[in-house]
Amino acid sequence: MSALTSRRTEDSADDLKALYQELILDHGKSPRNLRPVEHPTCTAKGNNPMCGDKVTVSARVSEAGVIEDIAFEGRGCAISIASASMMTLALKGRTVDGARRLFAAVQGLCTGRMELTTAKAETPVEMSDALDELAALSGVRQFPVRVKCATLPWHALVSCLDGSATATTES
Amino acid sequence: MTAAARRLSSVPAFDVDAIRADFPILARQVHGKPLVYLDSAASAQKPRAVIEAITRAYTDDYANVHRGAYYLSETSTVAYEAAREKVRAFINASSTAEIVFTKGATEAINLIAASYGRAFIKAGDEIVLTALEHHSNIVPWDLLRTATGCVIRVVPVAADGTVALSDFAASIGPRTKLVAVAHVSNVLGTILPIRAIADLAHAAGAKILIDGCQGIVHAPVDVRALDCDFYAFSGHKLYGPTGIGVLWAREALLDAMPPYQGGGDMIETVAFSGCTWAPLPAKFEAGTPPIVQAIGLGAAIDYVTAQDRDAVRAHEERLLAYATAQLGQIPGLRLIGTAPGKAAVQSFVMDGAHPHDIATVLDRSGVCVRAGHHCAQPLMEVMGVPATARASFAMYNTITEVDALVTALIKARELLT
Repeated sequence: MSALTSRRTEDSADDLKALYQELILDHGKSPRNLRPVEHPTCTAKGNNPMCGDKVTVSARVSEAGVIEDIAFEGRGCAISIASASMMTLALKGRTVDGARRLFAAVQGLCTGRMELTTAKAETPVEMSDALDELAALSGVRQFPVRVKCATLPWHALVSCLDGSATATTES
Repeated sequence: MTAAARRLSSVPAFDVDAIRADFPILARQVHGKPLVYLDSAASAQKPRAVIEAITRAYTDDYANVHRGAYYLSETSTVAYEAAREKVRAFINASSTAEIVFTKGATEAINLIAASYGRAFIKAGDEIVLTALEHHSNIVPWDLLRTATGCVIRVVPVAADGTVALSDFAASIGPRTKLVAVAHVSNVLGTILPIRAIADLAHAAGAKILIDGCQGIVHAPVDVRALDCDFYAFSGHKLYGPTGIGVLWAREALLDAMPPYQGGGDMIETVAFSGCTWAPLPAKFEAGTPPIVQAIGLGAAIDYVTAQDRDAVRAHEERLLAYATAQLGQIPGLRLIGTAPGKAAVQSFVMDGAHPHDIATVLDRSGVCVRAGHHCAQPLMEVMGVPATARASFAMYNTITEVDALVTALIKARELLT
């Protein structure tokens, strides 16, 4: 019997509660920074071709490399919208370099490659507190096909910061 | 007695438990719950007869076809060609020369676009599609448009999912070369009036192609009665294996069409000064074909034909009627696709819950539904939704499974909204 079939029903219910916890549902229903950015210096679209979810991330980055404003537009499932919402809250006022490192940490948390303590240790001190909330996204690790939903806005963010126009979860 | 009740009372006897016993996978559990498989419109499960035919072909009778002058190649060829004859009889084609095996319906439609399309459709010629087409019946024509400068016209779909014959009449004209339409919508379940559309197409001097992926499963198909010119379908939605599909076309059309791919098996003579083609259908089957998949499809056709198809259809209609009534009682749930007399496919959306989140929650109750755009992005635009969840019902589904769907949806609503 495979690992999936042998898992108990109660585990499944717990997994669902971990995935759709209050924080995720709140951000999914009332996303923050769902708006255009004034005078953006970069914009990138994230597409998930499997489901058609689309998230466009825009940011205004200062010459010193600080993210002065960041916001997103688009549509998608609770996970992708919550992830985008929480991402914008975490990154406003942060450096581009810090954002990239936070992306690595979130990706590690979502795929299950990293636990929260490791993720925090690998993130700049001033940003590691943000991971306490972002760790809510790690519920997707029990749902392999949904990991892309959580990471979609972050892929768009990286494309945005890299100056390319689109990101796809297929890359 | 209402019409619906009368229909229910006249349902022919149908032993769904006996059917279920033929499908080994239905006995398994998912996340500790009985599997409730409601995604047969994406791909159907396989009866033991198909699985065993595949195993037998590899175990006892396998060799390449149309080649070796030895016993196994001969038996393999006989089995492969017997599958072609089964397909011919299944759709009432006049000859096996008209049955081309492909890797699926997608390849069949691409074959028509690449071969017939490039040979016979020119700049300014029109191709008529509907707004409910699957991407596999849109993208090949978009590619052809880029290559030739032909024009694509789109017949609209009404809010309930119906497509009006008058809109076909308005879209089909003297410049129409091809009408390419789904027999049954994979998202809405709408059944299109193929014979009437074919008459309109032929009156305008156009050909008509049917994407029969869902239609072939829904009810018996007679390509001559439908009076179509091309009919394409996949094996895996008809309880057969993946990697096998069928293109049926009128022999005269296949004769006039240039080859689609070049390679072994499709030639008569090859020389650097020029090649000649093998007779039909080999002309369109370059390379080693999906031999065992074709044999598996033949076994699936045997299985389907052995059922009382009227009873199967009545059973599926009963499941749909029950599901429609039950789903309609869930607050905030909206049915997408309510055309009269539709096939047993039901899309829906729920206020405040994205279809993907719904599908994830349902999965943990063992209920498999499709969520997303269903390879029909233009139709999602028409319906004003980014995506839907879709339950599709096959001969092996039960009323109890519809109840499981409804229970899981109520749970999803509590969790997500």
